Amino acid sequence: MSIAEDFARAPISACPACAVVPAAERIAALRAERDGRIVLSLPGADDAQSISTVETALQAVPGVRSARVNLTLKRASVETGPDVTASALVAALSAIGQEAHELDPGLLSSTETDRQGRELLMRVGVAFFSMMNVMLLSVAVWSGAEDATRDLFHWISGAIALPTVIFCGQPFFKSAWASLRQGKLGMDVPISLALILASSISVYETWHSGHHAYFDAAVMLAFFLLIGRYLDHRTRAVARSAAEELAALEVPRAIVLDDGTEVERPIALVAVGDLVLVRPGARMPVDGIVTHGASEIDRSLLTGESLPIPAQAGTIVSAGEVNLTGPLTVQVTAAGKDSSLHRMADLVAVAEGTKTRYTSLADRASRLYSPLVHLLSFSAFGYWMWATGGDARYAINISAAVLIITCPCALGLAVPAVITSASGKLFRKGLLIKHGTALERLAEVDTVIFDKTGTLTLGMPEPQGLDDHPDEVLAIATALAAGSSHPLARALADGVRAKGIAPAAVQDILEVPGHGIEGRWQGNRVRLGRADWCGANALAATATYLSLGDQSHAFAFTDRPRPGAAEAVTALQAAGLTVELLSGDTEAPVRDLAQRLGIGNWRAGVLPAEKSARVAELTALGHKVLMVGDGLNDTAALAAAHVSISPATALDAARVASDIVLLGQDIAPIADAVRIGRQSARRMIENFIISGGYNVIAVPLALVGAATPLAAALAMSLSSITVSLNAMRLK
Amino acid sequence: MEILVILIPVSLLLGGIGLAAFFWAMRTRQFDDPKGDANRILTKDWDDRPKP
Repeated sequence: MSIAEDFARAPISACPACAVVPAAERIAALRAERDGRIVLSLPGADDAQSISTVETALQAVPGVRSARVNLTLKRASVETGPDVTASALVAALSAIGQEAHELDPGLLSSTETDRQGRELLMRVGVAFFSMMNVMLLSVAVWSGAEDATRDLFHWISGAIALPTVIFCGQPFFKSAWASLRQGKLGMDVPISLALILASSISVYETWHSGHHAYFDAAVMLAFFLLIGRYLDHRTRAVARSAAEELAALEVPRAIVLDDGTEVERPIALVAVGDLVLVRPGARMPVDGIVTHGASEIDRSLLTGESLPIPAQAGTIVSAGEVNLTGPLTVQVTAAGKDSSLHRMADLVAVAEGTKTRYTSLADRASRLYSPLVHLLSFSAFGYWMWATGGDARYAINISAAVLIITCPCALGLAVPAVITSASGKLFRKGLLIKHGTALERLAEVDTVIFDKTGTLTLGMPEPQGLDDHPDEVLAIATALAAGSSHPLARALADGVRAKGIAPAAVQDILEVPGHGIEGRWQGNRVRLGRADWCGANALAATATYLSLGDQSHAFAFTDRPRPGAAEAVTALQAAGLTVELLSGDTEAPVRDLAQRLGIGNWRAGVLPAEKSARVAELTALGHKVLMVGDGLNDTAALAAAHVSISPATALDAARVASDIVLLGQDIAPIADAVRIGRQSARRMIENFIISGGYNVIAVPLALVGAATPLAAALAMSLSSITVSLNAMRLK
Repeated sequence: MEILVILIPVSLLLGGIGLAAFFWAMRTRQFDDPKGDANRILTKDWDDRPKP
């Protein structure tokens, strides 16, 4: 199931009746859930010290029944009484210097109880136990046990191996049956056939005191293939849990004005027509119309535009926009599933389906391999029937030996081992691989398209050319700016403070939401804010203006590039990739950034549809595109691209649409990802060649009837181990 | 060769005990937090007396 579906489904309660009996029961259910357990994310926890400090601090909060830290997942799960809030726990932890965020437990459910993974591990354990015991007995047979002793050992081996094959082979039998019913010949068909044939022929041989029994081979086959299966499952589970955690970090709550009092409610309970209060710095939880208040809103995540837009009564806002300056009261026109954000996420889920059509290297290998193996085995059977004049027992023995030896132990391990090793490497660098085939697709990429705002830049302004202004002007500006939480004002205050200029003595400072800050300096009115309000001529770039008596000063800002942006672009270009910049922002800032980073191909004012059209155009020309973006305006392009990356700060819809998520702020690991992707594709092909090589030696032996169970065991274990070691060579 | 009558059951029993221990560990979720368990032995809490 895709994460998009998970996300879309999770916030809605499970029972269909809830749609009929709305508010009361759902509130009760939600409250019951919140009473029981609070899950916190602890990104900073990484040693024994933090376990005990966090657990002690949490237990000291009144109402907490028990608290346990899980260091592997970097989470704390807290059993609480009814009136403990997550914010109280977060506050208690920040008092001891531990960063914590509330997680939505509803979105974490599938990773908390990883039943499938535990079952697989259980089967691996059982297969390992039997393999060791059967091997012990087989070694005795190989080293020369004869007659009654050999038969006894074969019987005991069989008694251990048969239940094991039945229990441990289930994942293979099930998927083989499923693929046969669809009329396909998946990789699990020859595996199941080898398991069944090896076991039954060994029983028959043992019954007739035969020399060769393949119980050890059957069990070993199951063991190695299960390890491959488990690695595959593990990588996917880790990626899913991290991706779920990103989604769960945004606990969907809204402050609803209920008869004038502020009530915090889950978004699922916000109805159309409700009045919602959005504080400065918060993200719009719903679509709606502003009924009260004046402010500025940042639409960059939705449109890519870096200039804030004024908002007052009557302005239409959509979920995902950020309120910057003043509090806004918004009347809800669409919430939850119907909001524009969610509709977009649904569209992405549809687009995602197209990506699964990519056939991975493993699929292509198995498509070639399955018919070949069956053909070999059957022709060996036919030939020996003819050559021995109808000795069915001998012919079946040979064809079983062929199936066992060619069985894709290494093939089943070759790809999962490489993917596990590569995604582990990339995870430590701060990249989360969400899709199994993402690495292979990354290896084929020849063009990279970047979005600007929030992707190559941090979406945080930085004042330009402060030295052009007299110190006195800067001192007044910073005195005004210090009182505001507007991002431009904060950036200006920080910039001036870094130059070592103290704020001037400005009195009566007053923030006028949506306009700016006003004060009194040496008896004159001074203003810092929008151009029209300060009586200044607006510049073409993001800027704030200071009116001082009858003159005005303009402070221009540029968006701060993400750390590592220049390195990433240079490294990608050095690797022979074409880099393009497509932004929804105006021309000046885009040109400026493109020049700074050395990107020749750039376009400004690009509409969302044009972005995905550009991706489609390049794809039609035979290019494989890597799209890197974070906003709602990028999601269509992210979904259409061959492979896509988004930063963790991106909108949920964009993260869902992309194959890889960049967890840290530094963007430089993208170049590493391309390099490691190419390397791992190479390792996979090497692994196929290695396991093919073993078959080239061992299959002729089996065909002429010279393969003993010892030869089969050796070929199988050697090829599996070589393949795993080759996977570890990734740098 | 009569010794086999003892040795084979013994080896199976020992292996079986290992398997049973593994099952028990899975059931009681001992593998849910390997990193945390590795670190927990280093904490100084409850060094002097068992956790109540």
